[in-house]
Amino acid sequence: MTETTPVTESADTQLSIGFSMSEEKAVAPPPFLELSGVSKSFGEGAARSEVLSEIDLSVREGEFLAIVGFSGSGKTTLINLIAGLVEADEGTIELDGKPIAGPGPDRGVVFQSYALLPWLTVMENVQLAVDSVFRNASKADREARARSYVEMVGLGAAHWKYPRELSGGMRQRVSVARGLAMDPKILLLDEPLSALDALTRATLQTEIEQIWAADKKTVVLITNDVDEAILLADRIIPLRPGPRASLGPIFDVPLERPRDRTAVNDDPHFRKIRNEITHYLMAVSRQAARASSRSRVRKPDVKPLDLRPRSLPSAR
Amino acid sequence: MSTEAPALRPKGALKSRVIRTLEGLGLEIFVPAIRLATGEDPGAQIRDLIRSVGVPLLSIGVFMILWASLAASVETSIGSVPGPTQVWTEAKSLVDEHYAERAKEVAFYERMEKKKAEWLAKGKTWKDRKYSGKPTYFDQIWTSLQTVFAGFLVASLFAVPIGILCGLSRTMNAAFAPLIQVFKPVSPLAWLPIVMILVSALYTSEDPFFEKSFISSALTVSLCSLWPTLVNTALGVASVDQDHLNVARVLKLPWTTRVFKIVVPSALPLIFTGLRLSLGVGWMVLIAAEILAQNPGLGKFVWDMFQNGSSQTLAQIMVAVFTIGLIGFALDRLMVALQRSVSFDGAVSA
Repeated sequence: MTETTPVTESADTQLSIGFSMSEEKAVAPPPFLELSGVSKSFGEGAARSEVLSEIDLSVREGEFLAIVGFSGSGKTTLINLIAGLVEADEGTIELDGKPIAGPGPDRGVVFQSYALLPWLTVMENVQLAVDSVFRNASKADREARARSYVEMVGLGAAHWKYPRELSGGMRQRVSVARGLAMDPKILLLDEPLSALDALTRATLQTEIEQIWAADKKTVVLITNDVDEAILLADRIIPLRPGPRASLGPIFDVPLERPRDRTAVNDDPHFRKIRNEITHYLMAVSRQAARASSRSRVRKPDVKPLDLRPRSLPSAR
Repeated sequence: MSTEAPALRPKGALKSRVIRTLEGLGLEIFVPAIRLATGEDPGAQIRDLIRSVGVPLLSIGVFMILWASLAASVETSIGSVPGPTQVWTEAKSLVDEHYAERAKEVAFYERMEKKKAEWLAKGKTWKDRKYSGKPTYFDQIWTSLQTVFAGFLVASLFAVPIGILCGLSRTMNAAFAPLIQVFKPVSPLAWLPIVMILVSALYTSEDPFFEKSFISSALTVSLCSLWPTLVNTALGVASVDQDHLNVARVLKLPWTTRVFKIVVPSALPLIFTGLRLSLGVGWMVLIAAEILAQNPGLGKFVWDMFQNGSSQTLAQIMVAVFTIGLIGFALDRLMVALQRSVSFDGAVSA
């Protein structure tokens, strides 16, 4: 790793921090998932706003890639583009050499909101995915497959429960089981843990790493948590905040696996990467804030009313 | 799947099951009584009991007292307005009348069998005759219930599929919206003459399986109870969670699977809300239709009593009013229970 000024930065950006950039590998494996020049806008006419602009991204087979960014920076749109749930305005997305057309089970999605069907049990939710993807397999095979994934995420004893009877963490486990059970070429995780409490989050991070280590699926993780990204990913790419969000420089994470979340805290590599990414995100966010404050949109000149009764002593 | 995890049966399992069943049937008012009987926090249960049983009983009592004291002072052309006691007497006499009529019927058939045996012994031919006594109060109730369910069933068979189509496709919705908007507010009294004329024109069978009056009442009920189900089904289908639809897209579910595994289950609570409203509307419409068309049922009973103009008329009509109200209430509870049994989120507004 070398300290260089990122070439992807536009000329007017003057960032004082250096970034560790991934060096060009001598023999780069062919990209498994490749996005080139992908842009996406929403709205029409004057209200039209470009959410993602000129996204280039290549993901290697079997790697764990994390994309970190602030909320509202277009992360979910990016995942939806790869999943095929929304169509790109410009650019191409290729998976395994073939351009993607619409959504399909070769790209398993784990949604932020779990998206479990509340009228189906844990087993039935996974079974629905298995049944639709492995239509030609025998009934017994399909059931065995669904069962094995339910057990893999540790819900074997709760397979007959309905989603409403499960905690958030358990629901997300079901969602992961469903995503994996359809045997996708690539698994897309859209902020899978952001709705969970910190403790559950930590447990699930460890579990996700274990599951990934077991079958080495290609994974794209979207997250707003830098620590989570460093714990899980091989490479991290920050998403510069939108509108017109684009990808920042690539950060390699050369930490040994399995990564122990307590030990890793003292690891100098870990701290260095975290500092760099955090600084980068803070800097681009300040820059975006400056850019938007320069915009011609005038903010309403209102002050919040102080409705506290006069006699009330102040809170502090 | 059932081999695993034998359900643990804690001590209160039976009690909580009874409570859940009662709540499912919309009979929550008995829950505190059960909790009290099992000695669960007596103070709170008694307060609950007073609120859920005591207060309603009190309000019924006040109503009865006001009714009893005010009714006698209102004079009409056929005597004073009956109080609760007269109405109760009349209700009992309607029950007695029913049993008397049944006894007469039994006696008639016994006589007929005897005569039949005699005639056949003499070598003469015999043709069975049907007892033609007047329908009793309970016969009228039964007829009304059959009619309302027939009409409701026909309405649902049309409303649910059309509602699903409207919810799934904006084009279908645009096609049906004007018709729905125009026909929905039409009163049953406007439909009834059209339905009666059409039924007598089109339903011409020598030996009809259904009475014409039954068909026309039922169809009027259908025409009026169609709309709540249709509108609610369309709304339920159109407001399926986008995430759930995305799951269907990622899995590339075929159209039928998508509709029956994702769309319909998620719309079921609203579909049942619609059905519940429809049955309520149907029951109200039916009584009006029966009065107007002189079709058998509770409505005809009310009309006959009105024409009768005897000193018991008002009391008899009031018995009918209470019967109609109580049956309507029972039908609503039935639909609430059904709605709860299909709703996956456990939240149903009663």
